[in-house]
Amino acid sequence: MAKTGLQLKFRVREALHGYSFVSLWVIGFVLFTAVPLAQTFLYSLSTVKVAVTGIELTPAGWQNYTRALLTDPTFIQLLVEYAVETAVSVPIVLIFSMIVALFLNVDFRLRGLFRTIFFLPVVITSGPVIRELSAQGVTSVPQVASSPLVQQVVAQLPTLLRAPVQYLLTSFILILWFSGVQILIYLAGLQKADRSIYEAAAVDGASAWESFWKITLPSLSTTTLVNALYTVITLSHFSENKVITYIYSRTYDVEGGIGFASAMAFIYSLVLMLLLLGIYLLLAPRSRD
Amino acid sequence: MRRWNYDRIRQVLLGSRSRHGLIPLALLYAVLIALGFVYLYPLLYMAVTSFKSPEDLLNPMVQWVPTQLYLGNYLKAYRVLDYPETLFSTVLVSVVPTLLQVWACALVGYGLARYRFWGKSLLFLLIFATFIIPPQDTVIPQMLTYRRLGLLGNNLALIIPATLGQGFKSAIFILIFYQNFLSLPRALEESARLDGASDFAIFTRIALPGAVPAFIVSIIFSVVWYWNETYLTTIFLEGGVQTLPMQLAKFTQAYENLYPPGVVNIFDRLNEAVKMSGTFLTILPLLVMYFVLQRWFVESIERSGLAGE
Repeated sequence: MAKTGLQLKFRVREALHGYSFVSLWVIGFVLFTAVPLAQTFLYSLSTVKVAVTGIELTPAGWQNYTRALLTDPTFIQLLVEYAVETAVSVPIVLIFSMIVALFLNVDFRLRGLFRTIFFLPVVITSGPVIRELSAQGVTSVPQVASSPLVQQVVAQLPTLLRAPVQYLLTSFILILWFSGVQILIYLAGLQKADRSIYEAAAVDGASAWESFWKITLPSLSTTTLVNALYTVITLSHFSENKVITYIYSRTYDVEGGIGFASAMAFIYSLVLMLLLLGIYLLLAPRSRD
Repeated sequence: MRRWNYDRIRQVLLGSRSRHGLIPLALLYAVLIALGFVYLYPLLYMAVTSFKSPEDLLNPMVQWVPTQLYLGNYLKAYRVLDYPETLFSTVLVSVVPTLLQVWACALVGYGLARYRFWGKSLLFLLIFATFIIPPQDTVIPQMLTYRRLGLLGNNLALIIPATLGQGFKSAIFILIFYQNFLSLPRALEESARLDGASDFAIFTRIALPGAVPAFIVSIIFSVVWYWNETYLTTIFLEGGVQTLPMQLAKFTQAYENLYPPGVVNIFDRLNEAVKMSGTFLTILPLLVMYFVLQRWFVESIERSGLAGE
């Protein structure tokens, strides 16, 4: 009895010390995430008027939401474009980063240099820099987007397909630039692989091609999931994202701007969560039964 | 000397168990160089264009090699960006919140890695939530609060959240420290405890010295992300503090203030070469930092535990 009492005392003591280390973060979370989140939700259900002294809220029910979803001509269109473009970008980022990681996993002399090159965009990518480069039309693969043949093919496409293809053509390099972190995550995943499995497979007569599909790819399934989620989050938080710029531009409307922007922000995060959920359901490694 | 027979040629070209063959290696380099070129194309274009004189810009013959090393664009962009002052405030905006945020994340990461307590998985869930929730969901009330407190346009608007572990992308840094402190041997901690060290003393004297790499990685990434952040900085700092990306975002306007389009001669009007110089000047400090510290950048991901588990 006395022993368990002592153990309990130790557990409580340990927990208290643990709490003291994380308490700073918990306070910060309440002040800078939980409370503002609740306030934003409240704004989204109100008509917000900005006055000199502060803001005045009048309850408005779901009016801001219906306005965003039904009345506003731009928001839904941008939201759909965002979802489609994200869905198009993720596989490109995943495939590109996996290919580059497979190459960089081979031992050769200039490996470090190429690793440095492929990670570079992570360091320099900011909204305004990307905007300047896009404005110069240099975020597409040189000579491809502007070639008459490609233009003609695009013009033949059904409307539904044209927008994503157009997006691919004009922003291809930009999409690739979001692969820097993912390449390194794949590399780390590849380097964890057990060499002896590959040797055993080679002895059994498996070609490199076969061992890629049968060993490498399955062993990277968790890594792929992490990369896909990371890609969606980074693309969705990027300040040049058109939904974000639209929400931002409406925030400063004098009449009800804040409430409307808050409602759009919540709808936007809902779509983001759905995208993440979809990717999780698609890519999560399944147990075999 | 070995004879060059069929087998040996085959070995050199296609490779053997112990070394790569010439053909696969050449293919590897070809693919990587091609990918690397496409990947860096925007940067190459930017660098080349920034050195073009107005005459070169108009000359369709001049594509990749400017006729002279023209520095006029850089002089203009330097003035438009108000470079020394903007650079200084950008450094301030990135470094101060970074140090505070990294310290806070180290505390949290340590608490999560070394102690058992109720609600830990909930805490992890909340940390991931801060990573997923877009800033748009929380930024307006904060902005209004700062306005009430008179803190808009003040660095404190970024510093206070960072101090409480709610800085930019803090979830990643918490993960890095969590991963790092998990691997600290228990025995070390226990012997210090027997010597009567307090929990905080164990953290500062035993855990922290071993976490120097995690600190370096977190600091450089945090600096880069704060540097490049324009959404929060525009909302919180506009009107008080100018960072380089913020100034780049209104480059045209700032240029026309300095060089009014109706007044200056045609060669001094804003052109893409000046814009590219401005863009290059904005990323230059980061490029320098990257090439000096690149080892820390590219080896960092393994430390974060992002790559699996």
